[in-house]
Amino acid sequence: MSAAASPDYEMVVGLEVHVQLKTRTKAFCGCSADFGAPPNTNVCPVCLALPGALPVLNQHAVELALRAALALDCKVNATSVFARKNYFYPDLPKGYQISQYDRPLAEKGWLTIGELDDGTPVRVGITRVHMEEDAGKSVHDRYAGATAIDLNRAGVPLIEIVSEPDMRSAAEAGAYLRLLKQILSYSGVSDVSMEEGSLRVDANVSARIRGATQLGTKTEVKNMNSFSAVERALDSEFARQVALLESGGTVTQQTMLWDGAKGETRASRTKEESHDYRYFPEPDLPPLVLDMEWVGRVGRAIPELPDARRKRMIGEYELSAADAELLTASAGMSEYFEAVARASLDPKAALNWVMGEVSAAVNAAGVRIDEFPVRPADLGELLRMVREDVVSHTAAKRVFARMVETGKPAAQVAAEEGLQKVGDDAALVEWIDEVLRENPAEAARYKSGETKLQGVLVGLVMKKSKGRADPRKVNQLLSERARV
Amino acid sequence: MKPPPRAPASAAKLLSRPLTECVACVREGAALPSDLVSAAFDRADDIGAGSESLNVFLATDRERATEHAKGLTALIGRAEAPGNLAGVPVAVKDNIATLDMPTTCGSRILEGYVSPFEATVVRRLRANGAVIIGKTNMDEFAMGSSTENSAYGPTRNPVDIRRVPGGSSGGSAAAVAAGIVRLALGSETGGSVRQPASFCGIVGVKPTYGRVSRYGLVAFGSSLDQVGVLARTVEDAALGLEVIAGCDQFDSTSADVPVPRYELEKNAGLKGLVIGKPREYFPERLDPRIAQECERALDAYRELGAEVREVSLPHTAYSIPVYYIVAPAEASSNLARFDGVRYGLRVPSERGLAGMYEATRARGFGPEVTRRILLGTYVLSAGYYDAYYKKAQSVRALIAQDFRDVFASGVDVLFTPTTPTPAFELGAVKDPYEMYVSDIFTASANLAGVPAMSIPIGDARGLPVGGQIIAPHFAEPVMFRAAFGLERALAGELLPGEKSA
Amino acid sequence: MAVTGQDVLKVAKLASLAVDEGKLDALARELNSILGHMEELGKVNTERILPAEGLSSGGQRLRADHGPADALAHAPADFAPEMRDGFFIVPRLATHEGSSERTP
Ligand SMILES: [Zn+2]
Repeated sequence: MSAAASPDYEMVVGLEVHVQLKTRTKAFCGCSADFGAPPNTNVCPVCLALPGALPVLNQHAVELALRAALALDCKVNATSVFARKNYFYPDLPKGYQISQYDRPLAEKGWLTIGELDDGTPVRVGITRVHMEEDAGKSVHDRYAGATAIDLNRAGVPLIEIVSEPDMRSAAEAGAYLRLLKQILSYSGVSDVSMEEGSLRVDANVSARIRGATQLGTKTEVKNMNSFSAVERALDSEFARQVALLESGGTVTQQTMLWDGAKGETRASRTKEESHDYRYFPEPDLPPLVLDMEWVGRVGRAIPELPDARRKRMIGEYELSAADAELLTASAGMSEYFEAVARASLDPKAALNWVMGEVSAAVNAAGVRIDEFPVRPADLGELLRMVREDVVSHTAAKRVFARMVETGKPAAQVAAEEGLQKVGDDAALVEWIDEVLRENPAEAARYKSGETKLQGVLVGLVMKKSKGRADPRKVNQLLSERARV
Repeated sequence: MKPPPRAPASAAKLLSRPLTECVACVREGAALPSDLVSAAFDRADDIGAGSESLNVFLATDRERATEHAKGLTALIGRAEAPGNLAGVPVAVKDNIATLDMPTTCGSRILEGYVSPFEATVVRRLRANGAVIIGKTNMDEFAMGSSTENSAYGPTRNPVDIRRVPGGSSGGSAAAVAAGIVRLALGSETGGSVRQPASFCGIVGVKPTYGRVSRYGLVAFGSSLDQVGVLARTVEDAALGLEVIAGCDQFDSTSADVPVPRYELEKNAGLKGLVIGKPREYFPERLDPRIAQECERALDAYRELGAEVREVSLPHTAYSIPVYYIVAPAEASSNLARFDGVRYGLRVPSERGLAGMYEATRARGFGPEVTRRILLGTYVLSAGYYDAYYKKAQSVRALIAQDFRDVFASGVDVLFTPTTPTPAFELGAVKDPYEMYVSDIFTASANLAGVPAMSIPIGDARGLPVGGQIIAPHFAEPVMFRAAFGLERALAGELLPGEKSA
Repeated sequence: MAVTGQDVLKVAKLASLAVDEGKLDALARELNSILGHMEELGKVNTERILPAEGLSSGGQRLRADHGPADALAHAPADFAPEMRDGFFIVPRLATHEGSSERTP
């Protein structure tokens, strides 16, 4: 049974998103926060929770958390408090997680995820943004009967972004997540990669009869590893709840795990009542008292967010709304475009190239735009060469291909490959004469006034010149030869 | 194995002289650090510091200590700055992390555990030329007031070996009182330096919360814990504190406040100083001998030109209940890391991971630690947090306010007895709460974060009596000034040993 | 609010402490005796008092985002009860047989 088939019920969704902050070191110690090191090598007394070790908070983590909070229009609390969340787990070395509880970093923000047909904006409230640390990694399938613990991740800084239960469909949840990801990426807060685990999503879902004001009993859905998995899990869990309600049953508040292979949620085996986290203020960390002037500076230094960038680009480069939307889908791509547009002084061409050749090449190479070998300044130079007739459009594509291969600047590639336009009369005349000699019949007809053959002949000259001949000049010279 | 050579008599004598003399001799080359270290070990042997008698140490390493001492001699030979404690043998409480000896906290759960990093206070001692000669016995995880809660047997009081040395820094207090070292580090959560100092007739200082780094001090009650010093004299204690005090990048709660030279207070007069006598610390039921010694001390203050003013700290009576909620609550969380996963004891179990946790912790922790973990877990658990933990923290705020009010009223320092009774006999106190009441005069300073120290002020039937001086936050200089003055005034009648001389 | 043997059991579970069934009542009595003294606090009016929250009033000192971390003088293998291929090894949680589920 699909969700759409039960019009009597509406879905109510709130999302809890954990995001890893893009810092060099961990939240409370100087260990590297990088992935991929051999197990338990990015560790120190603090993140191993050795007896006597103490946490010291990373300023950059606070700055990135603030950026996220401000980008989401949250109210930043001048004083926030870290707390201990106590539970035993082998990859939680201290036996508690340092998190924020009743006094989070920021509260009461919102995110506009779209608009209704009548133009009313659809807003999702942000309940809170708080800072916390990640746990280590438990590997359950490596050794028989044993769990292997790697604490390289332990203590990596996270923020948790908790939304209000303001979403009414899986599609809205998806839109929220995609926009949130875009904003966090634009503001440099995080790499926001679900694959690498730098973004994790848990969903609170309930079903209620459409029009009801009270919320139904919710379940928490976990274990989703992509945005589309979140959407599928929400639809599936909603359908399960609706079926339960329609058959006269009640929803039990519990944790559900998404099983992507089976396409269904199932109840987690851990007992809900066993959780009593005994939160209390972390005595090793005094309250975080923020200098609100600094907070202001952090806010002003936030890189332009997607919405603003779209609007600016439409005005500045005369882009269509659709093109601007496409370009700003990724912060990197829109930054690349702007750099090319500025270097080439030709936004139109920059748009065509970035959306066409560049996107294709980036996808083919499977790299991020900031790793792409052709730097925007070099592409800008190539476009300038096209505009100034130094290379033909056809030749430019070949130059670009070589630039992708070699990473060399445009002028150098064009020179090395002999792909600059040849506008020199002597050389052109030589090619034209050769073509006329090799095609005596056509030459004769052309000279006798059959001007429609001009195109064919120009084409042959271009072919002979391997695209280097300046077609405008070839046309001109060919006409002159005909009159001879 | 052949016994190590005994230290020359001059070195042994030097150990009974003030630290300044000791350090000066070392710097001038008149005494070798290795001789001082040997003298300390000889003294320990002579007095019976071993586990069958005083049971002062949980670990010593004579060889390493001698090596360190020889390294210092080389430094001095090259005229490099050997530091303010050059060549001074120091004993360190076993809950302070050291690289060269185990750090067990008096617990089975850390038996044999050698820390791979060193506490900031130990690094500072070493940087100043001190030589760590041993790790001292203590109540397990510093939970206790008699050192009877050590998993490795109780320490005995050198003044009277039938009695406890106090606790939890009982080993450090005994090491100083027995003349093995001039200086020892202890730690405080509710009186664990001052109370044993009082029981053993020596000086014990608990600095302002944040004055000394806690990095490497195994946490008990994080918002109360502070490393303190135990010494024979006020001056030695001042020198010791000066070395270990200061801001530390590894401790967010350490304060960025400059460290004054406390020993400069030595010759400052007390004229005009206002000494507050809080009436709540002199209850009717106070041991009359202790009350009498306190009055004598207050008279001495008056003679020195200080004004003694009766004051009130109205919330004093609540400090024990507050303390025994806050400290166990924090401890229950701090001790969660002892889970058998990464270090320390692991007891395997048929019941998988949960069974391993439970068996390890049940076997590893002694009865008092278990009791406090249960108590602390209970007061933080759902439904009880507000009634206990939150309530206690609110009353704690009132206790701190009492101190602020009294100091704002023009009082420079407070003077009180350190303990309600002198040292009791081993096994004499059986009820846990009765033991907790030993901290009745000391816990409030930890709750408020203010500095306090105990100095010997006399004796009650041969047992030392300590007087406590409490000062405002970071006002250690005025606290030391008051201590120097009183020590001077009472000179010659302090320690039983010195009395007969 | 008197603590029962069952409460002690619950708290011991939270604290991952094995407690002898036979000792539950004795422990409950002990805790009740201690907590009885704590009831004293009920006498204090704390209605408008903010709980003490760390004693340093100046707020938290932050560290710059760079290493190095405090070094380990010897590697985890020197103090860990069990290690394999650089991992700490623990008995597998019963609920994790064949799953990568993580509770909190
Ligand atoms: Zn670390």
